[in-house]
Amino acid sequence: MSALIRWWHDPWRKPRILGAVTVAYLLWSLLPVLVAVLFSFNSSRSRTDFQGFSMRWYWGDDTRSVWADDSLHAALLQTLKLGLVTTLVTIPLGVAFAIGMDRWRGRLPQSANGVMLLSFVIPETLLAVALLFLVTTIVLPFTLGTTAQVVGLVTFQISYPAVIVRARLATIGREYEEAAMDLGASPAGALRRVVLPMLTPAILASTVLVFADVIDDFVLVRYLSGASATEPVTVKIYQSARAAPTPALNAMASLLLLAALLAVVAGYLIHRRLTRADPTQEDRGIGAFAAEL
Amino acid sequence: MTSTEEQPGSTAPAGAPAPAPRRDRSGRLWQLLALPGLAWLAVFFVVPLYLVLAIVFGRLDPLFRTPVPVWNPLQWDTSVFVDVLRETFTPGGLFGAALVRTVVYVLVASTLCVLIAFPIAYYAARLAGRRRGLLLALLIAPFWISYMMRMLAWVNLLAREGLVNRVISLDGLLDVRPNWLSGNALVVVLGLVYGYVPYMIVPLYAGLDRLPQSVLEAARDLGAGRASSFWRVTLPMCRPTIVAGVLLTCLPMLGDYFTNDLLSASPGTSMVGNLINTTVLTPGQTGAAGAYVTIVFVIALIPMVYYVRSVSREDVART
Repeated sequence: MSALIRWWHDPWRKPRILGAVTVAYLLWSLLPVLVAVLFSFNSSRSRTDFQGFSMRWYWGDDTRSVWADDSLHAALLQTLKLGLVTTLVTIPLGVAFAIGMDRWRGRLPQSANGVMLLSFVIPETLLAVALLFLVTTIVLPFTLGTTAQVVGLVTFQISYPAVIVRARLATIGREYEEAAMDLGASPAGALRRVVLPMLTPAILASTVLVFADVIDDFVLVRYLSGASATEPVTVKIYQSARAAPTPALNAMASLLLLAALLAVVAGYLIHRRLTRADPTQEDRGIGAFAAEL
Repeated sequence: MTSTEEQPGSTAPAGAPAPAPRRDRSGRLWQLLALPGLAWLAVFFVVPLYLVLAIVFGRLDPLFRTPVPVWNPLQWDTSVFVDVLRETFTPGGLFGAALVRTVVYVLVASTLCVLIAFPIAYYAARLAGRRRGLLLALLIAPFWISYMMRMLAWVNLLAREGLVNRVISLDGLLDVRPNWLSGNALVVVLGLVYGYVPYMIVPLYAGLDRLPQSVLEAARDLGAGRASSFWRVTLPMCRPTIVAGVLLTCLPMLGDYFTNDLLSASPGTSMVGNLINTTVLTPGQTGAAGAYVTIVFVIALIPMVYYVRSVSREDVART
């Protein structure tokens, strides 16, 4: 007992309690997902009783595997399509918006920045209903479906690159750009040859973040899908999770997980290459990458 | 947006050395860069939100029963909105009950989020040492694991024949197989905590990581013990981050309906998001759905504006 008290009062003791809490949290946070992935390899139909390893639910089963079931692999393709297209539209739009907003002084950009931040924190359901109303009651050049989904996702995601790039611009400061302009570069030239290269890590981080977030999105894509052909993975999971699905659902979700994992790892590796020469980010590894987020 | 032409460089930073014509031209450049994003947000964010009002206060097409938006506020018809408000405040009203339930669930869930997230963020930011990188990677992992996947995982575990019931019945020895997944408020709240706690950990981590070590050392040097330096220095300095974290978890919870649908699927636990979701998909109920959205938006506006203002103030302080 007295040893315990001495341990408690030892100022140099290791933070065992907090360490244990953290490990317990990580188990709680990640084990259920790992179990769900494990059951996607189950050789039987059960999602609770593991009876042996098999790839049946990925491609083995002739009718119900992800590969064979049209609705499942269509959902997977739709998710990836939405992820790629939305990222390609959002990143240039958001980065240009962030740079413009950072330099343009006045009342209008200030309130526009407020609106952008509002789009960052608005509960997604509210935005989704508003956009559903927009697409269904107003005559637009597009109807519910992939285009509407991309429009909604871009609206919701544009704040990520905008916030991340603005934060990075604030830490870079104006000195390098002004030096370039003193040496004869035009504002656009200084932007292209000095500022943009310095922003690349932040842009990369927001690309990964937007892609990973879009393929996870559920609320917007569900309301704006219109027909089952444009329903992505998340919507399929929502519809069948409670209706006795086969492990093929777990298999599809695991493939989605793999896609996100690949995007994050690729982003991390490129980020490490990019910041190798940057003395401010020396050997902080994944922490530096996460800090961009 | 008509005023874009009048803005260039009107309040340029004091003492900017660039000669006037160049500043003028670059001012145009910044506007040009910002314009597409600005137009996008105007058309697909501001207009749709106003459209919700135009539909709530609009009329129904007499033939097709479809909503017809009325854009002019002077011609607005308030009857649908007043009906919804009256229904909200009568005892036993569906929406009023859901509203109360939402507030309670969100308060409990975000309190739990803070209690769980703070020690973990503290450990990761200040005590983890060499394992910090790996720990951080694991802590942000839930960000890119799909929310639906994480809920699906719990649906599997908590199912009647699921692993949780197998463990607590000692693999079939005892006959206890509680039905977790229908109308259990605790499961819904824990589901919300499970879903949103990563969104609390990451901002808290960033805030704790930024705390100046020198201030904490000064507190210890001046005689504060471990507990009192935590209560009197660390915690007050973290307050803005904690508030930001609470806002970032509360706001999405306010619109959440899918956690509830997957983990409970019972009207006994429905939150406002569930009511919005069911009415918006019911033909002829569009006006009521819009009214619900408006009410939730007004409630969410206070934390949202608080967040926007605190972030903008930070921006001003930085520049």
